[in-house]
Amino acid sequence: MRELVIISGKGGTGKTSLTAAFAALAAETGTSLLCDADVDAADLHLLMAPQVRQRTGFMGGSKAIINPDLCTGCGTCRTLCRFDAISGRLAVDPIRCEGCGVCVDFCPEAAIGFPVQRCGEWYLSDTRFGPMVHARLGIAEENSGKLVSMVRRQARQLAEERGIDLIITDGPPGIGCPVIAAIGGATALVIVAEPTVSGLHDLERVLDLAAHFRVPGMVCVNKYDLNLEMTGVIEVLAAQRNVGLLGRIPFDPVFTRSMVAGQTLFEYGEETPIRQQVRAIWATLINSPAMNPLGIVDSKATIQ
Amino acid sequence: MIISVASGKGGTGKTTVATNLAVVLGNRAELLDCDVEEPNAHLFVHPAFERSEPVETPVPLVDESKCTFCKKCADICRFNALAVAGRRVLVFAELCHGCGGCLLVCPEGAITETGRELGSLNFGRRDEIGFINGQLRVGEAMAPPLIKRVRAAADPERITLIDAPPGTSCPVIAAMHGADFVLLVTEPTPFGLHDLKLAMEAVKLLGIPAGLVVNRADIGDDQVFAYAERKGLPLLMTIPFDRRIAEAYSRGKLIVEELPEWRERFIDLYRTIETIVLGSTAPCANS
Repeated sequence: MRELVIISGKGGTGKTSLTAAFAALAAETGTSLLCDADVDAADLHLLMAPQVRQRTGFMGGSKAIINPDLCTGCGTCRTLCRFDAISGRLAVDPIRCEGCGVCVDFCPEAAIGFPVQRCGEWYLSDTRFGPMVHARLGIAEENSGKLVSMVRRQARQLAEERGIDLIITDGPPGIGCPVIAAIGGATALVIVAEPTVSGLHDLERVLDLAAHFRVPGMVCVNKYDLNLEMTGVIEVLAAQRNVGLLGRIPFDPVFTRSMVAGQTLFEYGEETPIRQQVRAIWATLINSPAMNPLGIVDSKATIQ
Repeated sequence: MIISVASGKGGTGKTTVATNLAVVLGNRAELLDCDVEEPNAHLFVHPAFERSEPVETPVPLVDESKCTFCKKCADICRFNALAVAGRRVLVFAELCHGCGGCLLVCPEGAITETGRELGSLNFGRRDEIGFINGQLRVGEAMAPPLIKRVRAAADPERITLIDAPPGTSCPVIAAMHGADFVLLVTEPTPFGLHDLKLAMEAVKLLGIPAGLVVNRADIGDDQVFAYAERKGLPLLMTIPFDRRIAEAYSRGKLIVEELPEWRERFIDLYRTIETIVLGSTAPCANS
């Protein structure tokens, strides 16, 4: 089984629009499974219109709650909490509570409860392009990395059950906990870069992270015509880091218009030149040695 | 006054708004780049960096000569950062949240603390504008403790402008908590609207007044505007899609440098925010 994970470092470079376009192209030749690993601000479902078949609560960490009937006001919890989560009036601020349980264990009156929190939910769904696994993390919740791992595990399991050989995963932005959870064990990464000073900076950091995980990666430059010089700089950087080049995509409002219509690039409106470019990128990607049908990680192609 | 610039969706223009605001406010402002995973504000503000300091989070250090392998430390740790295997205590430092529970529970006093590097805190200025950013060490998973350190370093005498990370989970909350105002930046597309709704839930949870900037305002559709009106979220600024702005951005240029007529608009944006914040706190002025 192969899993392609689409990431970017910087947000808003076009990960989700491109993931959806890839899903449409993959559906032309077989069935793939879609996975939205951007659980923090999941958007892929807006283009996929999934029919939810199964909905499961995601239980994350616990949070402390002080029982005022048992509390004697000694303040031990407040003294020991390193996260400033307990107020002067000895109430727990659930937003600051880290879920470490120190107050729970050291309260001399055993007055502090520690219920497990429902931090979000995850879904098994069907879409017009195949099955989809996605999730929603609750607002202000922690444990996004755990939910990402859960979604990817479920995607693998479902793909195995249904005999599907390709998972296309829309990843989160950044380089922190959810991204770390999204790229470990991927067959290959597609990194969507934009030719701006911040796009270049963020690409370098996400490549540094990916190099830790010894995963093959390939870059495509979106909106490349906004700055041709920067596009060149990104492509040189990619070559230096042993990252394959998938191609360039021009700035084109058709991406926005298709998003407004809730469709992928290949469903919306007329045949445009940009379709050919994305088709060529997909062909390069899916026929690359890193994406070999056996799903063997191509150790020669890992990001350096 | 603390203004946090946030969005939900990435790439909507948070950094653009935060940096342009900082520059028009001049010496009254200090800009904190709290997008520690991918800090970018310095690429537009071009501050001269003056100093940098490493930021660490405490992690346990076990003295095995004192340890009786009672496993109390491993039992109290909710993050599975400690394990006892035979006569060894294994510390998985990257899982540690630094709560100090293991130190407190160890009956032998065998645990002290050392540090795990989270990243760095970098201080600079551009002319009179203060600038601080946090840079998460590549491979480090936990952004919130570093964001809190960036926040703690702010000069309380100045207007603090925070460039927040995208999303709605713990890093964003760390960048919005305790702010006087959250300036939400979005684009008028289905993704922009969906993530704006999530960001609004976070703002509501924290009980902070908010306003909206719509970037690339003439692409997409009118759903974001309708939503803002329905929710009573004041629309404070619209920035049209302008290839000159996009190209200037790509080169690390500010809008107010490239198109000087925007200076006054960003000053007005700040004035409006100030009016809203002062208005909303006025009833408390005498208490």
